[in-house]
Amino acid sequence: MLIQPDPTFYPSAREAMRAPREKLAYVALLDTQGEGRPDGLATVDLDPDSPAYGTVVGVHDMTVPGDELHHFGWNVCSAALCPYAPHPHVERRYLVVPGLRSSRIYVFDVKDDPARPKLVKTIEPEVIFERTGYSRPHTVHCGTDAIYVSALGNVDGDAPGGVFMLDHDTFEPLGPWEADRGPQRLHYDFWWHLGHDTMITSEWGTPNMIEAGPDLDLLVGRRYGHKLHVWDLRKRTHQQEIDLGDQHQMALELRPAHDPTKTYGFVNTVISVEDLSANIFTWYLEDGVWKAKKTITIPAEPADPALLPEPLKQFGAVPPLVSDISLTLDDRILLVSAWGTGELLAFDVSDPLNPRQTGSVRVGGITGRAAHPGSPGTPRNGGPQMVEVSRDGRRAYFTNSLYRSWDEVFYPDGIDGWLVKADIAEDGSIALDPAFLVDFAADGRRPHQVRLQGGDSSSDSYCYP
Amino acid sequence: MELTQLLVLAGFGAFHGLNPAMGWLFAVALGLQERSRRAVLGALPPIVLGHAGSVLVTLALVAAVRMATPPRAVSYGVAALVCGFGLWKLLRRRHPRWVGMRVTGWQLAGWSFLMATAHGAGLMLLPVTLAGHERAALALSRETLTAAGVHTAAMLAVTATLAVVVYERLGVSVLRRAWFNLDLAWAVALIGAGVFAALT
Repeated sequence: MLIQPDPTFYPSAREAMRAPREKLAYVALLDTQGEGRPDGLATVDLDPDSPAYGTVVGVHDMTVPGDELHHFGWNVCSAALCPYAPHPHVERRYLVVPGLRSSRIYVFDVKDDPARPKLVKTIEPEVIFERTGYSRPHTVHCGTDAIYVSALGNVDGDAPGGVFMLDHDTFEPLGPWEADRGPQRLHYDFWWHLGHDTMITSEWGTPNMIEAGPDLDLLVGRRYGHKLHVWDLRKRTHQQEIDLGDQHQMALELRPAHDPTKTYGFVNTVISVEDLSANIFTWYLEDGVWKAKKTITIPAEPADPALLPEPLKQFGAVPPLVSDISLTLDDRILLVSAWGTGELLAFDVSDPLNPRQTGSVRVGGITGRAAHPGSPGTPRNGGPQMVEVSRDGRRAYFTNSLYRSWDEVFYPDGIDGWLVKADIAEDGSIALDPAFLVDFAADGRRPHQVRLQGGDSSSDSYCYP
Repeated sequence: MELTQLLVLAGFGAFHGLNPAMGWLFAVALGLQERSRRAVLGALPPIVLGHAGSVLVTLALVAAVRMATPPRAVSYGVAALVCGFGLWKLLRRRHPRWVGMRVTGWQLAGWSFLMATAHGAGLMLLPVTLAGHERAALALSRETLTAAGVHTAAMLAVTATLAVVVYERLGVSVLRRAWFNLDLAWAVALIGAGVFAALT
């Protein structure tokens, strides 16, 4: 137990921006070889003064293969300073790492040797099934009173998916979060407006809809998720449904404003069945009603069908397939990953209903195969995927692997994993750092989610503006 | 009631008021959320009321027990209870959560009542109120009210001052350095109070 609050907790996002620069990144590695090799948790050195800068300094292999590690998170974070459930003398020292395919959850302690996290607990799938009724844990967020985990489906891989909780101290699953889910069935991401006791959830598809790869019939039939759900965070009840339109398939990452007095946020939809575009919607509260408006459209790019993978040949175009977004802690710059076209875009969202593009870089892409400036002669595959912004809002780190069965469809020649960094200028423009290119080709596994030591732009929530 | 007793009761009141978990931080947060000093000040009466209610209930219960039980037995009973609670606070960390950020005055008072009760705010005062006794129910109830009143006045003064100073001047960033682990101090204070009850 600490005497002063954990130094990585900040009352407000504004103050978290003044945190010391990150020195390590934790990266979930996905094995795709099918040789019985487990997934891994890699540690990457981010300290420019270190001789190991930009290299992998440690990898912890999981105990069994087949987990498909996804969006892990911290045991506690700045939400521990919230006034109604204050407990700031705990430590941000455990990473809670979910296996999306296995439904297994690992807990790593990073305190004693941050470069080499130590596995301290494994929650077996059966325990999660039995206690929560859910399977396929996907995203972990540290809440004010518990660790919250999203799950894509029930134990049979069908709807409903939802959210369950883990005890802060023991990491034991506590049960499903929802008291009344109303019409909600599909589930993907969740996050909250703590100042308004409001949770927002999004929709991808059930495990049975996604695990074999993207299903064109489901897509054309507009059966993937396209709604947001608004919940009362205290009563755990469904309040409202926002339909983004069934042409906008797969509503994924939720990025609410970090300032708890604000009542808006951003969500990406992966693909429009009308024109293959990807779109960003802004949700907002108006006269007591939550609404959403399409504020960014990223169009598909025409391409030679000969260069396209099978399902895309008929269209003669590359969809941007926006798979992740990340919002700086000052709620000013939104980073957008277009995994299909291989582009990372930056938008000034100071006026959240009228975003303005401020920058773009390219690396990888289904047909573009853009090289990284650190190795100009090497075409890259995969594309900007999970993106994480440093607390000061000056650096974005991003990986190139989405999800094994989806990787195979869009990049049939396989993905050689990389983690790169873009620097974000004051005006919102972005540039790839030629000196930062972590190439996972030698390891053979593919990087997915990135977490920064001490916190980042999508791991904490705040109760003070 | 002796002057020393009153001073100790007021000291505990100041100590309780100092603890961000007892309410002043909630008042600051509500003020920041609404961007209004009025919201800070408006949150204080329910918070103090809830705290006072918890203290009063504990003291009144023990006052009632004292009418029917020999004084030594009450002292030892209180000592065991308060020490035990202090030890439990020391060993077991809890994540209380009864409300969120959107609260009515009554919910805030309820939250404060539960926070004070869960922390054993009233228990901490028991040993101080045990001295001087053997009176009728009327005296006990008057002493109980005096004790709760003195404690609450001190708590209000400290909590209100802190809430306003942090809201107006210091800002919540002060929490990162100044919020030392009061739960630890609180547990130690409970154990100390229990020992005091056993010895006097």
